[in-house]
Amino acid sequence: MAMAIDTPLPAGRTLKLALDKDEAIKRGLMIVIALYLLVALAAPLYVMLSKSFSTYSFDLAKFEFQVSDSAGNWGDPVTAAALNGELNAIPEEKLGTNSDGRLQATSFFPEFSFRSPVKYKIRGTTPDATYLVGLQLHSGTEWQEFDSNAFRRVMLRPSRAIGLENYATYFSTPTLFRSIENSVFIAVISTIVTVGLAFGFAYALNRSCMRFKDAFKLVAMVPILVPSLLPGIALIYLFGNQGLFKDVLMGASIYGPLGIVVGSVFFAFPHAMIIISTALAISDQRHYEAAASLRASRWRTFWTVTIPGARYGLISAAFVVFTLVITDFGLPKVIGGQYNVLAVDIYKQVIGQQNFEMGAVVSVILLIPAIAAFVVDRMVTKKQVALLSARSVPYQPKPNRGFDALCLAWCALIAVFIIGIMVTSQFAALVKLWPYDLSLSLKHFAFDRMDGGGWGSYYNSIRLAALTAIIGTAIIFVGAYMVEKTEGFRSGRSAFQFLAMLPMAVPGMVLGLAYIFFFNDPANPLHAIYGTMTILVVCTITHFYTVGHLTALTALKQIDQEFEPVAASLKQPLYKLFARVTVPVCLPAILDISIYLFVNAMTTVSAVVFLYSKDTALASVAVLNMDDAGDVAPAAAMAMMIFYTNIAARLIHLLLSKVLIARTQAWRAR
Amino acid sequence: MRHETLAGQPRLPTEVSAMNAASLNVKPAYLNISNVWKAFGEFHALKDISLDIREGEFVCFLGPSGCGKTTLLRAIAGLDLQTRGSIHQGGRDVSTLPPSKRDYGIVFQSYALFPNLTIAKNIAFGLENTKRPRAEIASRVTELLKLVGLPDQGNKYPAQLSGGQQQRIALARAIAISPGLLLLDEPLSALDAKVRTHLRHEIKELQRKLGVTTIMVTHDQEEALSMADRIVVMNHGVIEQIGTPTEIYRHPATLFVADFIGEANKFAANADKGGVSFGAKAFRSAPHQFGPGTPVIAAIRPEDVIPHGPGARSPGAPDIVQQPENLLDVTIGEMEFLGSFWRTRLRGKELGDETLIADFSINAARRLSLAEGGALTVELPEDRLLVFPGRA
Ligand SMILES: Nc1ncnc2c1ncn2[C@@H]1O[C@H](COP(=O)(O)OP(=O)(O)O)[C@@H](O)[C@H]1O
Ligand SMILES: [Mg+2]
Repeated sequence: MAMAIDTPLPAGRTLKLALDKDEAIKRGLMIVIALYLLVALAAPLYVMLSKSFSTYSFDLAKFEFQVSDSAGNWGDPVTAAALNGELNAIPEEKLGTNSDGRLQATSFFPEFSFRSPVKYKIRGTTPDATYLVGLQLHSGTEWQEFDSNAFRRVMLRPSRAIGLENYATYFSTPTLFRSIENSVFIAVISTIVTVGLAFGFAYALNRSCMRFKDAFKLVAMVPILVPSLLPGIALIYLFGNQGLFKDVLMGASIYGPLGIVVGSVFFAFPHAMIIISTALAISDQRHYEAAASLRASRWRTFWTVTIPGARYGLISAAFVVFTLVITDFGLPKVIGGQYNVLAVDIYKQVIGQQNFEMGAVVSVILLIPAIAAFVVDRMVTKKQVALLSARSVPYQPKPNRGFDALCLAWCALIAVFIIGIMVTSQFAALVKLWPYDLSLSLKHFAFDRMDGGGWGSYYNSIRLAALTAIIGTAIIFVGAYMVEKTEGFRSGRSAFQFLAMLPMAVPGMVLGLAYIFFFNDPANPLHAIYGTMTILVVCTITHFYTVGHLTALTALKQIDQEFEPVAASLKQPLYKLFARVTVPVCLPAILDISIYLFVNAMTTVSAVVFLYSKDTALASVAVLNMDDAGDVAPAAAMAMMIFYTNIAARLIHLLLSKVLIARTQAWRAR
Repeated sequence: MRHETLAGQPRLPTEVSAMNAASLNVKPAYLNISNVWKAFGEFHALKDISLDIREGEFVCFLGPSGCGKTTLLRAIAGLDLQTRGSIHQGGRDVSTLPPSKRDYGIVFQSYALFPNLTIAKNIAFGLENTKRPRAEIASRVTELLKLVGLPDQGNKYPAQLSGGQQQRIALARAIAISPGLLLLDEPLSALDAKVRTHLRHEIKELQRKLGVTTIMVTHDQEEALSMADRIVVMNHGVIEQIGTPTEIYRHPATLFVADFIGEANKFAANADKGGVSFGAKAFRSAPHQFGPGTPVIAAIRPEDVIPHGPGARSPGAPDIVQQPENLLDVTIGEMEFLGSFWRTRLRGKELGDETLIADFSINAARRLSLAEGGALTVELPEDRLLVFPGRA
């Protein structure tokens, strides 16, 4: 009933609501949290992006010298470019450098001797030419005079230009760009295998009457509680150079694509399983009854009812797994061998070669598939939600011996795989000297005797996880509340919503590197947090922001939209409504967010690997470093410590939920 | 819908509201809404709304879904600011004040009771932070619970109450702070029919007892007719008519009102002097200003059609014929028994192709032995045959 053209509004200004205290607080809080996301996410990413387009080279025309004879009579000024033209001291291709490059001024004076009485003058021909004298940075077009001894310490600095050279270099270096193919290959294979296995598993859980369903569900969740490094370590123990079952591979090597794929299947499995299981759980009994009444065969029903019903779940799972695998750093680092993938390349460029610009280029390239997968996943998830809201009758499986046995076998196989990896890792942590002395001991838990941070790193991890859980939950929940429950200020809110969704698309390695660029810049007033626990907390909260945000939004959407108007009409401040109604009603979701943040803070490696310092070494990073140093058994031991801690955290969470929910959710029981 | 209109009239508090209106007329407006517009982008949900509401009045905003009732209510509440125009309450300009600075209690269709707080705490929510001692709050809550007829329920949670009970708690919470204005947005629409009729009565009683100025939004004409002192009929973001229920029903200002409230036969007609002609006949009608020959629409409510015995046209007929020119000879088409009256579809040569729908009481049907296919003479009373601009 679209109307004909409306009569125009009378002239005049659009009215604006007078601000009251509540509204001011709301906007203030939202601005604070938006600022947080800007500083902790948008700005670092922007800096990283601009780094990837920055090239550095020595522009010799920008420097001018004057040299005196031993009597002190100055010669004519001459540019470095002219000198180089005569001497060819620095060949053209050596003039390109990185942001850290320096070029000794004496290179242009072959006869230079630091004992000679000759004096030197230098100046920039443009105001932006910079050079170092010792550690002191100089710039400008004023002449500066040095004796020979001091002139030794004059270093020219490169000038920055914007361009695609870094990308050109990247794509003309086969060892670099081959990683794209490798990463995509690994991710695609892992996705196919994981989604296939997870679909069977979820199908068995939802559609069969097999036994031990609860136990299987529990086992399937285990990989979430461990760092992705752990399956790598376990696989090395099983199939590595000294592995027990090395011969099973018949000469193939576990170091490389095979190991990465198997390990990826391990850690991505629970994510795919949850998504597919949800999709299967919502499909409608009535469709199956209709199919049965049409005497459709089981096979036909599967293809015409089951698969279409679960298709959004399958697509969503595929994209989630793809993103997880392509952005994972820990596993390929441990087991990848010579097989280069993008996430590890970033690490190698930055940590190994100190080539930050190239690290930024690889990061940008890694962002592309991650963002594409994210966009598709969001589109699909929206459709799935629409399906969910339809009233449907849940499917009730009927016993069928053959089929149930098949399901049991399938699930058992996967459970054996997961438990096998865990047991291996546990065994590795306890065995004295694999594979020669298989007696048990706790010596690998003496982390203080190893490099990597020792027990201190473990306590740091617990601190990080606790802080992330507490502060992160508060920020995320309040932020989601502002997005969901404030009126007006629409553009601000949608910008905020965008920022809150962004972390999901940003791989940890990329975020970590972006933090280096942003926070490790002395000109940044926030530079002080670099190398502290604070930056680790900020980074981890940001890294895992989106899932928490979505959980909070879902919970808040289920709350009546009219609570805020009612409270306002009753002249009650917003914080009172928030504390007395909103938070208690959302408590289950709040607890879920906090345990999610805790577990992920314990296991994450990728972002923090760039950001920890000596005093803030972390358990997950210790696993990586000990493994790197060849202390594989202690690495396994530390990985198991993370696992135990997460189990304990989950148990505490369960207990706390029970107690709190009993106290605050009495109203739910009718 | 027709059940209420047994005697051709809905159940109306006729005298009372007429008296109220007369005595209220002298008071100045408590709520003054002037030239309010609301734009959602290009779309204008409210167009130049002006309205005065007097103190103690019960006003209903009535109109089809999407006509802007809620939008207007939310503007009054400060929840969705109007784009243009001003609102004064109790002499104070509240046009741009935030909700917390205005003076009203509100009840939404969802009730919006806080699920994790007991009934008593729900009601007490607005009483806290007011420097009242605890004991006073407790006794006020008890009083309110009694007022809405739910004593002893204070310790239950909202989910343990029925919809109707929740509705009353929401009402109690809204009036707890003794607001100057009570706003109700479709407060009864989520309830089933029986509870709804009962609560209608109760809310009206409560409002009378408290004397609080009340605005209720509804799309249910019966609700509006039975509860309101005055009804504001809205359509497409404009006010079609403001008046007491009887005025609105008996004297609809526009065809929309005639059609939306109650039912009406509509005929494409041409204006005559002092009447209209449609079908193959000229009728005398309620007064109108259209020049002869102007295309118009003539409307008459089904229950306003008067059935006459067979001898209606003969001089000295026993029936009292008010206006012989407005008599019509018809045959009865389908007859439908709707519980308390008969709905008939009448056709006749004088009607041309048109069908006239008429409702007859069971008595009249029996007295005149009405049957499908039978012949009948009906009268369209002059003052009930209304004329509106427009072409069919
Ligand atoms: N926030 C909004 N944005 C855009 N259009 C709106 C909004 N709220 C209401 N409308 C439109 O304004 C019109 C009036 O809505 P409303 O006042 O809710 O109608 P009702 O009379 O049913 O209460 C409707 O057409 C509705 O679609
Ligand atoms: Mg409405």
